[in-house]
Amino acid sequence: MDKIPILKIGHFLMVAIQVDLYDRLALNLESDLVQAVSKTGARGVLIDISAVSIVDSFMGRILGNIAGMSKILDAETVIVGMQPAVAITLVELGLPLKGVQTALNVEKGMELLQQKIQVTEEEEPEE
Amino acid sequence: MIVLSSDNIRIAKELDMVLFRNRLKEYAVKIGMGLVNQTKLITAASELSRNMLRYAGEGTALIEIVNGQRQNGVRVTFSDKGPGISNIEQAMKDGFSTGKSLGLGLPGAKRLVSEFDIKSTVGKGTTITITKWKNG
Amino acid sequence: MKLDTAKILQKRKKQILELWMKNQLVDFSLREDLMSNEELTVQSEELVDVLLQALSDVNLDDIHSIALTPVHEALEGISISRAKQGYSPRETGTFVFSLKDALLSILQQEIKNDPVQLLEESLKISKLIDSLGIVTFETFIKGREEVILRQTDEIAEISTPVIRVWDGVVAMPIIGTLDSARTQVVMESLLQEIVDTSSNIAILDISGVPAVDSLVAQHLIKTVSATRLMGAECIISGIRPEIAQTIVHLGIDLSGIITKATLASALRHAYSLLQLEVRKSAVK
Repeated sequence: MDKIPILKIGHFLMVAIQVDLYDRLALNLESDLVQAVSKTGARGVLIDISAVSIVDSFMGRILGNIAGMSKILDAETVIVGMQPAVAITLVELGLPLKGVQTALNVEKGMELLQQKIQVTEEEEPEE
Repeated sequence: MIVLSSDNIRIAKELDMVLFRNRLKEYAVKIGMGLVNQTKLITAASELSRNMLRYAGEGTALIEIVNGQRQNGVRVTFSDKGPGISNIEQAMKDGFSTGKSLGLGLPGAKRLVSEFDIKSTVGKGTTITITKWKNG
Repeated sequence: MKLDTAKILQKRKKQILELWMKNQLVDFSLREDLMSNEELTVQSEELVDVLLQALSDVNLDDIHSIALTPVHEALEGISISRAKQGYSPRETGTFVFSLKDALLSILQQEIKNDPVQLLEESLKISKLIDSLGIVTFETFIKGREEVILRQTDEIAEISTPVIRVWDGVVAMPIIGTLDSARTQVVMESLLQEIVDTSSNIAILDISGVPAVDSLVAQHLIKTVSATRLMGAECIISGIRPEIAQTIVHLGIDLSGIITKATLASALRHAYSLLQLEVRKSAVK
């Protein structure tokens, strides 16, 4: 069974989806990620989809679920690297990915997460 | 419309969808379809093949390269022997779903392709044909 | 005895060509500006060659015979190249139909003793050339359509330039009507440029769009949504007062979109989003 590796970087979890996602794999990713957020107490989740060429409504729903579930566990989710063709298709499909934050690339995604966490938690000591 | 080449793929499990999407991509690339239209076509096909798997258990997807409207296109026909759709009009509405999905499958897929045709008989099965023109 | 028209014509090939050339050269529609007489002779000779060659293999009654394929091919080539060179349909048509006169007058000289046979053979030749004429027109139109399609592609390409106005800000002025095909091209090049330059802000300037109806507005909203999905912001600028009027009259909701009257104010907004400031430098 394929598995998508989840990396922990500081306060964040990072996932780079590099394979063709089929539904089972996406569902596994969802539960693995939520488990990992809970276990590590991560404050942010970064999902890189720059290698993903197809995002259909199922995959969109999974991304939304991950963001929603992480939010309940007090972690922000940012999706980065969406390809132009995928963005155009999602708009046409009628899937706005509500509640999901996006950024152009990993670097900008990290910046966004850092900002978000600073805003919500000023009292945390600087690292 | 003239059929130039074709391929029939059985979809009975999730991994078949991956194979089917790859094969469909080959066909779209073969006629020189641009990346955005390729993505739209494959996304629509992905929605429809999942529907077929979910509601009918299995079915077939026939991929064809067709010529019409002065350009080539890719046509995909999904046929299953599932329960059928009792109210097509309702099924084509955004946000309607009998399953636990977003209800974007059918209407969303229709918006992504150039031509969309659905025929369904309750108890007999459903046939959905989509066509995406190279520049459509 | 059955007369073999093909043989007769084959024998008199040289005269047919001469006669045809003479017909063409006296015609007022001759376009020496587009093609020299030498070139025209070569072209005509080629066509007479294939035609007479085909006639010897084919029954003249059957104008759909595959033996005529090389003739059709030669004609299609000539016709398409003429369409691209800018010949009018009449000029191209005359080219083919003047061959009929030449063929018929040769036939007349050869079969002058038998009016019935002459009529019969003339009708066949006439029918054949007519069908060739139709082929000519069909391909002529096809040639023209190719020109139009190429131009359409070109217009779509050149009419959507993306400009890097600042580090992290790209702008795209849209000129002309925004239909769904065009919107896709606009979105595609704008989003690609955003990725390539990793820009956070895109400005879509619609000063050059003649009218905004609900369909165009929908296309604009889609472009903005797609830009946001990628993780960038999209500002729409260049909204003329009359466009603002129609938007409100039509009840189009643009409230989720940042709109600005001019490109300058859009740029100012972009600066503030990027926390940049433009100041006059101190005079030394």
